[in-house]
Amino acid sequence: MAQRENLTTLPVVGRAHKRIDGPLKVSGAARYSSDFAFADMLWGVPVCATIANGRIASIDSTAAARMPGVQKIYTHENIGTFYQVSKASKAMIDEKRPPLDDDRIRYYGQYVAFIVADTYAQALAAANAVKVTYTDVQAPSVSTRLSAEKSPETQTERGDPDGAYARAPVKVDETYSTPTETHNPIELHASVALWDGTHFTLYETTQAIMNYRSVMAQMLGVPTDNVRVITEFLGTGFGGKLWPWPQALLAASAARDLHRPVKVVVSRQMMFHNVGHRPHTQQRLRIAAEKDGRLVSLQHDYIDHRSPGSDYQEDCGEATGFLYSTPNLRVTGAYAERNVGVGTSMRGPGKVPGSFALESAMDELAIALRMDPIEFRLKNEPAKDEMKNIPFSSRHLPECLTRGAELFGWSRRNPAVGSMRDGDSVLGWGVAACTWMAERFNAEAKITLFNNGSVRVASGTQDIGTGTYTVIAQMAAGLTGVDVDAVNVVIGDSNLPPGPWSGGSMATGSMVPALVEAVGQAGEQLIKLAMDDEHFKGVDATQLAFSEGKVHRKDQSPSAGRHFRDILDQARVAQVEGHGKAKATFGQKQKEYSTHSFGAHFAEVAWQPHLARLRVTRSVTVIDAGRIINPLTGRNQIEGAVVMGIGMAMFEEALYDARNGKVVNSNLADYIMTSHADMPPQMDVEFLDYPDTRFNAMGARGIGEIGLAGIAAAIANGVYHATGVRVRDLPIRVEELLVSKVA
Amino acid sequence: MQPFAFSRASDIQQAIQAGAHASTAQQGAEVRYVAGGTTLVDLMKLDVERPAQIVDINHLPLDRVETTADGRLKIGALVRNADLAVLPEVERNYAVLSQALLAGASGQLRNMATTGGNLLQRTRCVYFRDTASACNKREPGSGCPAIEGYNRNLAILGVSPHCIATNPSDMNVALTALEATIVIQGRKGERSVPIDEFFLLPGDTPQVETVMEPGDLITYVLLPKPQAGTRSHYLKLRDRASYEFALASAAVVVTMQDGKIANARIAMGGIATRPWRSHEAERVLTGQAPSPAVFEHAAQALLANAKPQSQNGFKLELARRCLAHALTQVTA
Repeated sequence: MAQRENLTTLPVVGRAHKRIDGPLKVSGAARYSSDFAFADMLWGVPVCATIANGRIASIDSTAAARMPGVQKIYTHENIGTFYQVSKASKAMIDEKRPPLDDDRIRYYGQYVAFIVADTYAQALAAANAVKVTYTDVQAPSVSTRLSAEKSPETQTERGDPDGAYARAPVKVDETYSTPTETHNPIELHASVALWDGTHFTLYETTQAIMNYRSVMAQMLGVPTDNVRVITEFLGTGFGGKLWPWPQALLAASAARDLHRPVKVVVSRQMMFHNVGHRPHTQQRLRIAAEKDGRLVSLQHDYIDHRSPGSDYQEDCGEATGFLYSTPNLRVTGAYAERNVGVGTSMRGPGKVPGSFALESAMDELAIALRMDPIEFRLKNEPAKDEMKNIPFSSRHLPECLTRGAELFGWSRRNPAVGSMRDGDSVLGWGVAACTWMAERFNAEAKITLFNNGSVRVASGTQDIGTGTYTVIAQMAAGLTGVDVDAVNVVIGDSNLPPGPWSGGSMATGSMVPALVEAVGQAGEQLIKLAMDDEHFKGVDATQLAFSEGKVHRKDQSPSAGRHFRDILDQARVAQVEGHGKAKATFGQKQKEYSTHSFGAHFAEVAWQPHLARLRVTRSVTVIDAGRIINPLTGRNQIEGAVVMGIGMAMFEEALYDARNGKVVNSNLADYIMTSHADMPPQMDVEFLDYPDTRFNAMGARGIGEIGLAGIAAAIANGVYHATGVRVRDLPIRVEELLVSKVA
Repeated sequence: MQPFAFSRASDIQQAIQAGAHASTAQQGAEVRYVAGGTTLVDLMKLDVERPAQIVDINHLPLDRVETTADGRLKIGALVRNADLAVLPEVERNYAVLSQALLAGASGQLRNMATTGGNLLQRTRCVYFRDTASACNKREPGSGCPAIEGYNRNLAILGVSPHCIATNPSDMNVALTALEATIVIQGRKGERSVPIDEFFLLPGDTPQVETVMEPGDLITYVLLPKPQAGTRSHYLKLRDRASYEFALASAAVVVTMQDGKIANARIAMGGIATRPWRSHEAERVLTGQAPSPAVFEHAAQALLANAKPQSQNGFKLELARRCLAHALTQVTA
């Protein structure tokens, strides 16, 4: 099996390397989707509903239609047909209802018309001139107090959680909530669609070009081969750009109808309604221990809000079943329908809000036990995955906690509330554990070795800003024995061999077996060519291997072999190509090992009571994610997650107006995110380096999401330590801390 | 955004003549001057401002800062916030202004925003900025959804049943504590307006925010001659550390004599419908030796008529702590 090979000591792999696409980005040469422009291109601007629940009575577009440059106005009456995605195709889309499908309004901001004009300004002016009247307008349901629509679904259960809870001497029963959060990548969602009479070429903002192609082909009713999706660069997505959103269908269908390229850029305001969000969650934790700190019962019952017709679930209990050892456990999930846009995956879906609740409850129980929160977690470290009853492939959570404690100086912590000071600030120190799944998607990659010594890697994956171009180059360089500079990475085009989605922190890990196989195939060809080479006269092909860029005798080191460049030159062959295909582990039922990454966050908050000011002043994060391919981009991922986590803990919340269902703070001044000035002056990240070769040959798991799990709890736990105020509903706002008795 | 005519004024009179064609200089003005554009262009994109004509005033000779013969500081209306903040005479004599400017917006915005434009900065009330909502400031008589809606960042002082929108500026709060004078050129010539009289309370006409009339152009801001022994300070409280409007801010200008407060000028921001000068607080402070109890009495006087809404009651406590700490800074 390819994944049991051990390729953890390759050159370049595991070394800090600057982004190979950095110069393109800082010079403006990198082309993002909305940068693409074509002759005769038209601009589309959607008209958005100003109610959240009701029906369209009429759309008066007569004035708009007469405005300069307007080419066509689409409504539910003339948009034509979009088809549904076949479930069996496994193509993913969260907003399954096609745009302008009927006269029903399910959420504020839903597209009700689509203006296409010669220029953006003309389309926008005409969109503002369209008059929509509504009927059957109902008060929207947007309350953040959630109660289950249907009886909760039990997601995992063992032992007797109720009985054990009832009998336990020390327990916590609290409800936590996390607000609706929006992804808000700086790059707005955009679609530029071209139609040549039979084929679509779509420049999209997507984290998954292959899935996008499948969805668009199905919904537009054309063969998959007739759709090409291109995402050369992405101004990131945080999960919000995993699946297609309605503007892409509007752009494509208008391009087909008008036989001209059409560009649509979703506005910042629309991005709070029309392109997904992390749903509001409400989570009850019942957690109990013996007096010695052994967990005896853990119950996690969560509800998330859900848009009408959507089936997206914020899977808050995903990690609860295996993170700690307890004989008795139950996780249930339920939902409450709300007139809000469609929810979707946001960095660390499920586990991020789930870990806020679980890691806050663990802190509360540790306090009730009068135990140190690290000691309490170490005491409940499981020997195996107790949910699936299988061993972990590689789990080093205790070392994350103890190493983090050492780096942070945890031993100096006085657990008494408000007891630690720095000048006029009261310090609070909090800790939380984190985890994220390690899985692989289907992945294919083609690798070409040229007689000039260069290497080309091609795969229908994409770089969402995290460094995929760079880590693919490093892995290919390591496998073929060339410098990173000699590798040309070609991705972002669905015409390439289908590559992995950039989601679930899985892109890098998924590429490993595909690259290994592709290089292996190319190597076999090189070995065959080498048979005619002077150098290997009289040697049988079975005695040869290809490694570190050289064909060599298996009983000799690669350095004694012949470089692929020389073999190709000798044979007058321009290139050899290998095509690797690796199967997904994601969704597999039977697993030999439980594969997850782990980590621990430590946060120091400073509370200045006289200013009612709360800031995060220090953080330490230790991550166990197997082999890190590039510690530079890797560290950047974790730091970015910590910064995002400060926003989750203290700032971010999309606020729905109860009267019309609008997100009232739908802009970047009122939807507060972490600014540079909020970054902790001291932010330490350390990776434990335990290659997980049960997961793939390089031992590399993913790092995109784990850093955001747990950080909000570490901050909330620190806030309690500083102020004595336990905030269970995020974000932690200063008004909730004014009751603090700590002066 | 709606189509508009664009012209560039080559002198002040030309700008005034263009502006005079409008029926109002307040909400709904048909003619708007553009300087930095940081408020106007933003609101035009949102369709909240729909001027038929834009007059670019960036070429007018109003970008200088001078000291007048009688020792006052004369700040041109086109002086950029970023430049004004770091002028040595501002840092030295009017620290509160420098600090307030640097606490505002972001570096990029401060590079564009001008002194005159900042004076006319519009509220950040989310309902004002949303044309699908009612708003008495934007569409008089349509109602105020903020009173029963999202009002966490809105005013507790100077409110009316028609409007609770906050004046969002930091600079204006400092200018109020400094008793600045606004020099305006208009159809009838030049006039000087004390900043206390420049901003109007919303009352039942929240669409009228200032004394500006059609054709009026702010040309200068005058700061009084600095007084020896005066210290000033600006303190801004907000959720995040940068690029956010104040939840509460305080501008204090205090002269001490023999260990007592001889003179105090107090203005607060983030909590009121206009930059909030508090003569009541000043009276409490004058003649007193600084102490937490005195500061507390001053805050009580300042907040005596506060009317908190459903979400912004915490601003009472925030304003108290804000004022007390700012006073501690200048009297220590």
